Amino acid sequence: MLNYITSYLSSDTTPGQAGNVFWAVVYILVVFGGVSVAVMAMNWLERKALAHFQIRLGPMRVGPHGLLQPIADAIKLMTKEDIIPAEADKFVFWIAPLIILCASFAVYIVIPFGPTHAITDLNIGILFMLGVSSLSVLGIVMAGWASNSHYPLIGALRSSAQMVSYEVAMGMAVVSAVLMTSLHGLGPYGVSAVSSGTGTLSMIGIVQAQQEQHVWFLFKFFPLGFIAFGIFAIAMVAETNRAPFDLPEAESELTAGFHTEYSGLRWSLFMLGEYAAMIAVSSIAVTLWLGGWYRPFPNTLTGETWDLVFSLFPGLSFLALAVIAFIGVRRMPKHPYFRVQTIGLAGFGAVLGLIGLILFAPPVRDRIQDIFWFVAKVAGFMYLYIWYRATFPRYRFDQLMKVGWKVLLPIGIGVLILTAILGVLL
Amino acid sequence: MGAGQPGDRERPIIMTDRTITDPKTADPTRFLSHLELDQPDKTFLDSNELVINMGPQHPATHGVLRVILKLDGEQVLGTECVIGYLHRGVEKIAENRTYTMFNPYVDRMDYVAAVSNGLGYCEAVEKLLNVEAPPRAKYIRVILTELNRLASHQLWLGTHALDIGAMTPLFYTFRDREEILKIFEKYCGARLTTHAFRIGGCQYETYEGFERDVIKFLDFVPPKIDEYEELLTTNRIWLERTKNVGVISKADAIALGVTGPVLRASGVKWDLRKAQPYAAYSDFDFEIPTGANGDTYDRYTVRMEEMRQSLRIIRQAVGKIPEGPIMAKVPKVMKPPVGEVYHSIEAPKGELGYFIVSDGSTQPYRVRVRPPSFVNLQALDIMVRGALVADVIAVIGTLDIVLGEVDR
Amino acid sequence: MVNTLKGQYGSGIREANSYLGQNYMVVEPSIVSELLQILRDREQFDYCVDFTAVHYPEREKQFDLIWILYSFARNERIRVKALIADGESVPSAVSIWATANWLEREVYDMFGIRFDGHPDLKRILMPDGWKGHPLRKDYGIIQQDQEWVRANLGIESGQ
Repeated sequence: MLNYITSYLSSDTTPGQAGNVFWAVVYILVVFGGVSVAVMAMNWLERKALAHFQIRLGPMRVGPHGLLQPIADAIKLMTKEDIIPAEADKFVFWIAPLIILCASFAVYIVIPFGPTHAITDLNIGILFMLGVSSLSVLGIVMAGWASNSHYPLIGALRSSAQMVSYEVAMGMAVVSAVLMTSLHGLGPYGVSAVSSGTGTLSMIGIVQAQQEQHVWFLFKFFPLGFIAFGIFAIAMVAETNRAPFDLPEAESELTAGFHTEYSGLRWSLFMLGEYAAMIAVSSIAVTLWLGGWYRPFPNTLTGETWDLVFSLFPGLSFLALAVIAFIGVRRMPKHPYFRVQTIGLAGFGAVLGLIGLILFAPPVRDRIQDIFWFVAKVAGFMYLYIWYRATFPRYRFDQLMKVGWKVLLPIGIGVLILTAILGVLL
Repeated sequence: MGAGQPGDRERPIIMTDRTITDPKTADPTRFLSHLELDQPDKTFLDSNELVINMGPQHPATHGVLRVILKLDGEQVLGTECVIGYLHRGVEKIAENRTYTMFNPYVDRMDYVAAVSNGLGYCEAVEKLLNVEAPPRAKYIRVILTELNRLASHQLWLGTHALDIGAMTPLFYTFRDREEILKIFEKYCGARLTTHAFRIGGCQYETYEGFERDVIKFLDFVPPKIDEYEELLTTNRIWLERTKNVGVISKADAIALGVTGPVLRASGVKWDLRKAQPYAAYSDFDFEIPTGANGDTYDRYTVRMEEMRQSLRIIRQAVGKIPEGPIMAKVPKVMKPPVGEVYHSIEAPKGELGYFIVSDGSTQPYRVRVRPPSFVNLQALDIMVRGALVADVIAVIGTLDIVLGEVDR
Repeated sequence: MVNTLKGQYGSGIREANSYLGQNYMVVEPSIVSELLQILRDREQFDYCVDFTAVHYPEREKQFDLIWILYSFARNERIRVKALIADGESVPSAVSIWATANWLEREVYDMFGIRFDGHPDLKRILMPDGWKGHPLRKDYGIIQQDQEWVRANLGIESGQ
């Protein structure tokens, strides 16, 4: 038994590949917990960032600077009355959010946080991801149907049409990236003479291909990689029904979206699924174009010292957060009403600082590198999502479909063809 | 459920039978929607047509407006507006109050631009009494009215952008509007329903530091207007949502009696401040912005430019407010001679007119308010024929209606 | 202009005057429709600013109908007044100016004057089914249609 557990620790593959069920389950639980925490953090960040974009403060009362707001929201949603429409199809109504949730979370099986830090590494990883994430469309249609009211049905149909359309464009962009994995040359335009012509669909393989070619696929065959990334970036916003493509769930339009009839916990499952999907597609983007878990400039800035410098980043970032927390503490009003909040914020800052200090310790430093850079890149994408929501008006539905089919898809096919041509010619 | 072909909106809306080519034979019912609401209920499974109701409570109808839409899939075949949810009988009340007592009631009609309402009413009664407000009062009136025009347009911009989906300009415009409301509060004590003017002039002298506050505001606001423009004017999504949406041709606009920025955006260069100047507007130099197409985007640019022109007027006015009394000699008990008068001003929303009939007593015999929003709202039907549902909301926003004025 | 119109209609135009600088004409209701048409087509009064009514209960012809018209080309306004009795109906001006649609509905709602040829004459500000025409002088200031309130709101109207 113990052997079974410890035998994995010396291997250099993911638990799924090693066949080690115990560690696979551990990794699954860690990823699940991590995503849940990330969703809560994202909820908080969205409200605060959106508020600051709009010259207001956002949640300030529930916990210092609203840090406990997501917990309050979760408790509220869980204790709300569970309303099911009388004429609704009960089984379908119950299962729809679960399908969306499962589809969104199933994608995390193949997301690589490091060379061996993934639950598993299917050799058809990217194909698996695209396929499974499409299943959420089924959940949406079921949700709209089960509500037995024509406004959610219209909203669900619109949502599903939107998601399906943008998946095609996404697919084109993804294929371009996969094509690039089969090149073995170095640098943005390098194609090796001994290019085997076989790329890889496995997520870890794609990241390692970028490392091998010494370039992020974002810059490969510039500007082709960049355009493919752009297409994916726009399509992923439409996939997740976020602004500016959020007409199906906008409140000021007539049809209020597929989740109208859901209340309380069921609705929070939809939101959880939405945020999880956002993180999942951002992870795909990071893996395919942004070099996955590798630190910036792993090949140009090589050597012990540079490795050391970059390895200090995790600790430094947490220390910076701790410093911001302490600045917040200093700026808290001195009124006795705020005493608890001030202490809370100071404690939070202290915890962040402690984590930062732990991350300076050498054994931790080495292991945490990959995960940190991956998460940092995904976090950048999350911020972009919020930024888009604050800035852009909404697309009308027919314009949305027009962009998906008549703009993104032709450009995607063009990029694909050009990439293939360049790969052969160069 | 047909969702309309994706290419449908690409074609420009060709006004074939909508322009008045031969007024004598044009069909008067062409402006109506044939909703057939009295037919027995058809479910949407029977036909492609669906009648839905944007109820009086709706986040995007700017008040209690009910719009019944007849849709074919996603396209609008016709609309019918049901109004009257905010009808308070203001005109009836006027017959039971003296002229001065009625003055605060007019603010409550177009509550967003209350100062303009007051200006129109006071000037109408002054005409009836045959008095003229002294020059100083006129200048103060112009400054406050133009400030209110700016505030009204800022509110319009925030809510219109919010309906289209851009959440942020709302907060920016409301924050900048606060400065105007602060000036009003310092002047007359109220932010929204100001009751700023009296019959015969102004009651309150400008407070100590009024000019300084106004000048500070004039320096504060132009970069803010630039900021709104930066967020929206060249934004690709904004352009797609507003260009060629809700087009109304010049002939239709005149036939429907539409006034204000909506008319100017359709190409008619007409502004009551220039055509029939009132209250010292003839002393100032400003331009009238017009648009070419009469679509939502043109109305947006016209109102943005009007904001800038308002700033120009205020800058000219605040530099040279004449000294003198602020109130003309009006009797304490006002008994205008028997007669009628119609006076209208250019309110931010259009031509706001007051038709007052006096029978020689202290109370008006009849006060009729000609509300710009009421007449503009009639044009909604023709502007959204053939458009998509999401456009209906954009067009209601661009008409800039205030239900307090529509219903009185 | 007035002279040509007077020549045309003679006694139809009872009075054409100017009060406080505002021109107005009082006309017979029978020629009103034609006159408005001529004003729009020939005299270029293409914008119907307003249409309203005033109630004089002691007069024999109780209602004053007032059209306020404006001409862009001439930059001038004119008021056309017609006096009608209670119960008389007037041809609708919708075929001349489309604005008149809602304006006439409001006059009908508030005064009870019917318009022939109006495509959709029903109440606009008051609820459908309300009895009484509020802006008439014999309608009290706090009077309400008790029946309607009871039937639709389920409460006793406090008036």
